[in-house]
Amino acid sequence: MTGHEDEHAAVRTRRLEERLIAAGLASDEEIDAFLTQLYANASPVNGARMVARAWTDPDYRELLLADGNAAAVAAGFALAPSGPGGFQLQVVANTDQAHNVIVCTLCSCYPVALLGPSPGWYKSFAYRSRTVREPRAVLAEFGVTLPDSVRISVWDSTSEARYMVLPSRPAGTEALGAAELADLVTRNGLIGTALV
Amino acid sequence: MSYPAGARVRVRAGDPDHHTRVPRYIRGHTGEVVAVLGQWPLPDDRARGIVPPRVETCYAVRFSAADLWESGDHTVTVDLWESYVDRA
Repeated sequence: MTGHEDEHAAVRTRRLEERLIAAGLASDEEIDAFLTQLYANASPVNGARMVARAWTDPDYRELLLADGNAAAVAAGFALAPSGPGGFQLQVVANTDQAHNVIVCTLCSCYPVALLGPSPGWYKSFAYRSRTVREPRAVLAEFGVTLPDSVRISVWDSTSEARYMVLPSRPAGTEALGAAELADLVTRNGLIGTALV
Repeated sequence: MSYPAGARVRVRAGDPDHHTRVPRYIRGHTGEVVAVLGQWPLPDDRARGIVPPRVETCYAVRFSAADLWESGDHTVTVDLWESYVDRA
């Protein structure tokens, strides 16, 4: 995403905020408080810790894939409750034969608490439109070249579910502890635009 | 009507005159339910200020790229509220 497009998005966002304020639906203070709460403690370190634990604890891996919200709580991260108003964390696991990648074609949804603020490219029209159509080419541009034998699953996040990728544990990491394993995991790995 | 995992569903083809969360690229296409995600208020009702909004089950529905785009060997899974689909 270029600086020009960033500026354009910021101008559009501010215009929307001003309309909400003018309509009496929100105040500047309420918007600031919401954003502060949204980003407080939000970091890809959180998702990385959950991944590292799933790599070393089969029971936790099972919980993570079956009920993401419960797995987040078990790791000490408070997500909004599921049901009306809340989110449901859906974790999808990479394997030797399957690679997952997350996109939100309608806007830029993803689990902010576990991945941190979304990168500019995640919100770009190019990423959102091309990932559902030609993910192999998009991934190659991120430096992820997958063998033809690896099936790609794209997850378009259009609801209150929030998707996170569980990357495969890299070979040769048997001796590493939980903290060292978590250090290997990147935000892009949690989105699926990196292998780890 | 509810759809278990494995059910084939077709996305409604119409273009509503209000906000919706049905991406245009899957309208009219048939996919397979791969997960039942939960129940949430229907965004179409919330955007129109309908109180209370309908609360519906939401499904993760998988489509093949070959069907959507006539190219590609991947799949695309989209979350869809119950009233966005009919049994195929």
